[in-house]
Amino acid sequence: MAERALSPKTPTASARELMSFRLGTQMFCVDAIAVKEVRNWSQATLLPRSPSYLRGVINLRGIILPIVDIGVLMGLAPNDATDDRVIIVVWVQKRLVGLLVDEVCDLVTAPQEAVETTSDLTGEAIHTIVRELITVEGAVLGIISLEQVMPRREGSSA
Amino acid sequence: MSNPDESNWIAPEVLSGIRQQFFAECSDHISVLEAGLLELSAGHNDWEIINTIFRAAHSIKGGAATFGVEGLQHFAHELESPLARFREHHTFPSPAAIKVLLHAIDLLADMTRAALDGGCLAQDQIDSCVRELSTIEHAPIAEPASQVSKRSGSDNAFEDIGFVPAQAEFVEIASEPQHFRVRFRPHGELYARANDPLPLLRALKRLGEAEVTLDADSLPLLSELDHNEGYLFWTIDLLTAHDEAQIREVFEFVEQECELEIVCISSVAPAPENSLSPQKPEAPPQSNSPVPTQTPTSKGTQLSSTLRVNLDRLDRLMNLVSELVISEATLCEYAPPETDTHPNFPKALDDIKMLTRDLQESVMAIRAQPVRTVFQRLPRLVRDIEMATGKEVHLVMEGEDTEVDRTLIEGLNDPLTHMIRNAIDHGIEDAATRVKAGKSQKGLLRVSAAHRAGRLIVEITDDGQGLDRERIRSIAVERGVIGAEDVLSNEEIDSVIFQPGFSTSEKVTDISGRGVGLDVVNRSVQALGGRIAVSSRPGLGTTFSLSLPLTLAVLDGMLVSVCAQGLVVPLTNLLETVPLSTENLLQLGANTELLAIRGRHVPLVDLGALFEYRPPAPIKAEGVAVLVEADTGQQIALIVDDILDQRQVVIKALDIDTHPMEGIAAATVLGNGRVALILDINAIVALRRPKGTPAERLAADG
Repeated sequence: MAERALSPKTPTASARELMSFRLGTQMFCVDAIAVKEVRNWSQATLLPRSPSYLRGVINLRGIILPIVDIGVLMGLAPNDATDDRVIIVVWVQKRLVGLLVDEVCDLVTAPQEAVETTSDLTGEAIHTIVRELITVEGAVLGIISLEQVMPRREGSSA
Repeated sequence: MSNPDESNWIAPEVLSGIRQQFFAECSDHISVLEAGLLELSAGHNDWEIINTIFRAAHSIKGGAATFGVEGLQHFAHELESPLARFREHHTFPSPAAIKVLLHAIDLLADMTRAALDGGCLAQDQIDSCVRELSTIEHAPIAEPASQVSKRSGSDNAFEDIGFVPAQAEFVEIASEPQHFRVRFRPHGELYARANDPLPLLRALKRLGEAEVTLDADSLPLLSELDHNEGYLFWTIDLLTAHDEAQIREVFEFVEQECELEIVCISSVAPAPENSLSPQKPEAPPQSNSPVPTQTPTSKGTQLSSTLRVNLDRLDRLMNLVSELVISEATLCEYAPPETDTHPNFPKALDDIKMLTRDLQESVMAIRAQPVRTVFQRLPRLVRDIEMATGKEVHLVMEGEDTEVDRTLIEGLNDPLTHMIRNAIDHGIEDAATRVKAGKSQKGLLRVSAAHRAGRLIVEITDDGQGLDRERIRSIAVERGVIGAEDVLSNEEIDSVIFQPGFSTSEKVTDISGRGVGLDVVNRSVQALGGRIAVSSRPGLGTTFSLSLPLTLAVLDGMLVSVCAQGLVVPLTNLLETVPLSTENLLQLGANTELLAIRGRHVPLVDLGALFEYRPPAPIKAEGVAVLVEADTGQQIALIVDDILDQRQVVIKALDIDTHPMEGIAAATVLGNGRVALILDINAIVALRRPKGTPAERLAADG
């Protein structure tokens, strides 16, 4: 899987463990502690009247798992070759959500100092999702803010 | 404080339910007692053990008194007395005393068992044990541990009062009544733990003459009020022959959650004590034993044939069974054709199917609860409404043993409460009107539950005035619920009362609320997959019928496909299916297609377009039309690509609140592992019904 060798550094007290993945040509990552598992794509059932980034729901051992095409959510070009893509199952506010990505790359440990906060200058969708960047061995990765992936609606009844 | 004693109006069948609970708890207390004594006999001298076993004995006594199990109450008291003495004098029982106590506990367990069956034990057996107990009680006190004796200061309520002889509580007390002033300041936690000051005040009243004064001075302005906090305080002037310890006993279970001050005012009394904060027994330095209270014993569990199980475990079991049902479906789907398999394979597969079904039903049976748990609150509710309305109502309950899944029990409570309020408030007339109408002064309210055709039917019948259709009609017209020219049948007028914003009560009462009446009930019943109906005869009464599924865990449905997506139509909504053809497809106007079926015309809904699975396109005469009916009685025909199967599906929550799932009730997992969505027919009917009149919509479009 390791496309780029991102050798883990010695963990320190303020170290951050991240799982990196590829979307098109760009690299992103999520906090490894939120990751439950990585699984292959399986045919999802579409939800009615859903936004394009919501790819439907799949069965994760009895749990109905919503699949979010994180690339579409961030405004990247859609990749419809879903059979080749993988799902990172993550915890978001005590619920499981599947993130559809092109490829999972590596586990990265980086010191907290390597994290910089992005400033939103363009107002693009990606800035709500990626609020931090991390530089690992010269490569810059956007850290996905998981709580922005499935924000709760006000007054929802679910 | 003029309320009658609560036991005067609790129906016997309600009591019996609570009584069962009491016996189950008794066995727990007995286990605790036994475990504690065994710890003590093993040489673990820990004050907390004495406290724990004392509390256990005390709880049994209290419960037995409540349920009038006199023999048990007396015996538990005899058992409690020596324990109280150990607790008071900070001594530990001798090995001989422990032996007597253990014997007494065995007897207590026997008595509990006998009492549960309505019997009792031989009196001489009990008497001899009581004698043994009294010998421990009156045995000279062993020298308490030296460190302990120092702490016998005023922080112990029992210290200065001395021990009360065992019989004192049961025979008339001859001593002079004393005047106590009790200040009771409950904290917020008291309410948070579901305690209520009223029973405590009532219990005080039972001890003697009580005068209760409410102190509401601390009550802040409404805007500053923290609803989790307690602001009301009481001062009770109590003239009683009981002593302070017995007064304190009333508050025993809330001591940690209130400020309690008991002052003896009359001069004959011992010196008043200072304000007493909750006792903090300090562990004596020499005790270093482990905490014994949780020690399980095998003996205690023999008592009852019921087992209390954590609900989480039950839910987990249910989930596993659901998974098994899905796996079984998968297995059937991938089963090789019969010619390719071992001859015994089909039989083995059938066995698995049968076992799975049995297992599922067994788990459902565990989760099932009698509706009694909801019904037992009704007498109290009815009584409260009677008080508020001044009407008299005779409540009759039937079928309390009817069982439904516990998820439904929880959901049944609110609709039932609302409907009963409604029946008494609007249905039953006041006494004078009833007498004039030739009815008995007391109204009759019948609440019944029964299983019918795989559903739970709950009926609430009153013998009141019935629905006033003229008034319903005029109010409905006035509020725009129906048009002034609409021709409605009696049944249609009756069902108007379930429309949002409709309330016929001329004055807003506390009882039935502010127009949030039956439409709310209707919606919450629908949320449970149920329906509500009303039938009424003027002058004779009204019947509300609730029809609910027996479980929220599985559902019978028809699996259909739309744009390669699996969808499940609940069988409760399904009327029939018809292939679409040029003969039964009718175009009306620009955007409406109708299905002609047996001389009627029903609007067609293209599910694929409605759910945005595909762009809207003119409907072609292909596919299948599924005729469904919403709870309102409205019918529509859904166009689907294919009908796949009719089956029982396991309902899975669709826990996605980021965008509205209109038209979808839940999800399920099919045998092939894919997810299918369960349709919410009521929502689909509502989805396609435009809001406002055509003129308003045109105005909005412009």
